[in-house]
Amino acid sequence: MAKKTIQKTKVPMPLADAHERARSFEEVALGYPVDMAVLEAQRCIQCKNIPCVAGCPVEIDIPLFIKQVADRDFEGAFKTLMDRNVLPAICGRVCPQEEQCEAKCTIGIKNEPVAIGRLERFVADYAAVVKFTDDTPPSPPTGHKVAVVGSGPAGLTVAADLAKMGHGVTVFEALHKPGGVLVYGIPEFRLPKSIVEREIEGLTRIGVEIKTNHVIGQTFTVDELFSELGFEAVFIATGAGLPTFPRIPGINLIGVYSANEYLTRSNLMKAYQFPRSDTPTIRGTRVAVIGGGNTAMDAVRTALRLGAEHAYLVYRRTRAEMPARLEEIEHAEEEGVEIMMLAAPTAILSDERSRVRAIRCIRMELGEPDASGRRSPVPMKGSEFDLDVDTVVFAIGQGANPLIRNTTPDLPVNKWGNILADDGTGATQKPGVFAGGDIVTGGATVISAMGAGRRAARAIDAYLRNPSADGFSPTDV
Amino acid sequence: MHRILSKEVLAPDVVRFWVEGPHIARKRKPGQFVIVRASDEGERIPLTIADVDKGRGAISLVVQGVGKSTRYLNSLSEGDVILDLAGPLGRPTRTPPGRKVCCIGGGIGTAVVYPIACGFKALQGDVTVVIGGRSRDFVILEQELRAVADRLIVTTDDGSYGERGFVTDALRALIADGHAFDEVVAVGPLPMMKAVVDVTRPLGIPTTVSLNPVMVDGTGMCGGCRVSVGGEQRFVCVDGPEFDGLQVDFDELQARLRAYREQEQEALRLYNDQVAACQAPR
Repeated sequence: MAKKTIQKTKVPMPLADAHERARSFEEVALGYPVDMAVLEAQRCIQCKNIPCVAGCPVEIDIPLFIKQVADRDFEGAFKTLMDRNVLPAICGRVCPQEEQCEAKCTIGIKNEPVAIGRLERFVADYAAVVKFTDDTPPSPPTGHKVAVVGSGPAGLTVAADLAKMGHGVTVFEALHKPGGVLVYGIPEFRLPKSIVEREIEGLTRIGVEIKTNHVIGQTFTVDELFSELGFEAVFIATGAGLPTFPRIPGINLIGVYSANEYLTRSNLMKAYQFPRSDTPTIRGTRVAVIGGGNTAMDAVRTALRLGAEHAYLVYRRTRAEMPARLEEIEHAEEEGVEIMMLAAPTAILSDERSRVRAIRCIRMELGEPDASGRRSPVPMKGSEFDLDVDTVVFAIGQGANPLIRNTTPDLPVNKWGNILADDGTGATQKPGVFAGGDIVTGGATVISAMGAGRRAARAIDAYLRNPSADGFSPTDV
Repeated sequence: MHRILSKEVLAPDVVRFWVEGPHIARKRKPGQFVIVRASDEGERIPLTIADVDKGRGAISLVVQGVGKSTRYLNSLSEGDVILDLAGPLGRPTRTPPGRKVCCIGGGIGTAVVYPIACGFKALQGDVTVVIGGRSRDFVILEQELRAVADRLIVTTDDGSYGERGFVTDALRALIADGHAFDEVVAVGPLPMMKAVVDVTRPLGIPTTVSLNPVMVDGTGMCGGCRVSVGGEQRFVCVDGPEFDGLQVDFDELQARLRAYREQEQEALRLYNDQVAACQAPR
């Protein structure tokens, strides 16, 4: 028998045409059809030491599901995914696989790694089309009640895991739709909202109750969740919800947005459909987005789709230091985003109607590495220049939302307002209160929040069974 | 979903609703607001909670029909439902006990002043209320406020009711009469609040204003409601809605309120056309 030869590169992902998609909110990556998925799955050599699984924050049995795809057992593959990950269609789209499972792939040592993320997405989407359901019977009801605050990736993961263990779970969401950043932050063209709805429906089918329009800290405090509503444990996953603006002149002009506002208007409120939807947004013709992360990429690509003739990405370091996924940077460039590296805003200039006329920037050069190990940008004296724009969007990171810490004085937070929680368990210093996701770590990724949810679910389960058990040691974050 | 229990017209284009909302009624304190989304394509709009009825688990909202969203809201009737209602949001009014306070409401701002006046009165305050409107038809909540206030003065721009003039004229007269207010609270259109501050600033009277900027989520997430207070950036939804009026940059806020003027007019025009088409004889 001839030795099996391995295809050196991934089966390429079918993409919508760059010119057409740059003006459309339809999804960019179209997904593998069945035959391409099977072909890609066959690239997996089923190696013994399964390094990919160690790279997965939620420990999916990756070799098994890929083998099932190769064998065309798609239902089996779906069950394998669902066993560890209740949001596979979402993770298949937005996880940074290149830093996680795929970074560890044995094939990837000499060739491109197996396209694990694309296969995950394929299985989830296929399952939705043919209506596979995860019919694993839930554990018998335990009678315990857990409140989950926030319905983003961390909250949904905790909710699903605890519900499967037989606990009663209620998720409180402040906005009118569940999903957190999956709904208000990540745009339709990268993660269709119908997919988020579909995966959340899966959670309600296994008994998770979701209450929208409940702003914990206001509608009920954390203490009231225990004392008045009778929950035995609370998991706080409110995300990184406070925008930051630089202290420069002109920051409150009309046309200056936080990425949160710009994206929320477009994604949650569907401002791109205005006036069919009621929420407007400024459809700038020349838009500058400040930042270099995934949120900045989402914002600048949204600007194109809202009709910008020029969509600039202004970043103070170089392309190599951008925290965004390479795939997102490439997609943005293909669509016509103009990247201005080594520049930072120093002022926003106004017209006579208090609207943005231009942004003043200063050129930067890279100096010594900073605490993050990246070379820090240093302003070059006298290098200021003006860029004519009518809209400016800041995607330069997030602070912690104050609503819970303001009303929960005995919940310790760090100097940035992030909740102090044990990395392994999510336990806080307040009995029965756990936390995870961006409210603990500051802005991170969907999958790391899900990983925190997964670990916290185990700890909450243990706590419910034995509330007096100690041993949680919150570490300084 | 929140059922509308009752609806009454208080003034032209100004409606008072009582709406089911037991969780909100239970928690709400004077000065707080809710985010309302009336329909599936609707905007999230902030509205101050004008009153509560804990027995019925209901809150009252006073809505002025200005743009599409508020006009649509005002077209709803008793028995209809409001899709989304979230709250209570914002920080409550600070009502130290035994305060001699002058609460000033202009137009729809009177509905915001009412719970604030109640809050001070409940803590043995001496409460003077000044309410103003363009003309008699636009003076709202007079009876309700009269029941709370130690003294109440109504002003109208055209003199068709109460005293002719602006609320600031009444405030000046009260001060000239020897009323030494510990605090003035002013809620109404921005030019009115600015005018009140112009009166109180030279006299050093602490002055609180309640702001109503453009808002999206109302939970601190978007920063759209940012205002400059004493040179610092503050978010009205989580740091407010009430601020030290002597420190607020009203001109900047006035400009920011115009951000979506053109879109708002377009949406209203389309809405009016739709309403007209529905009402046209077939």
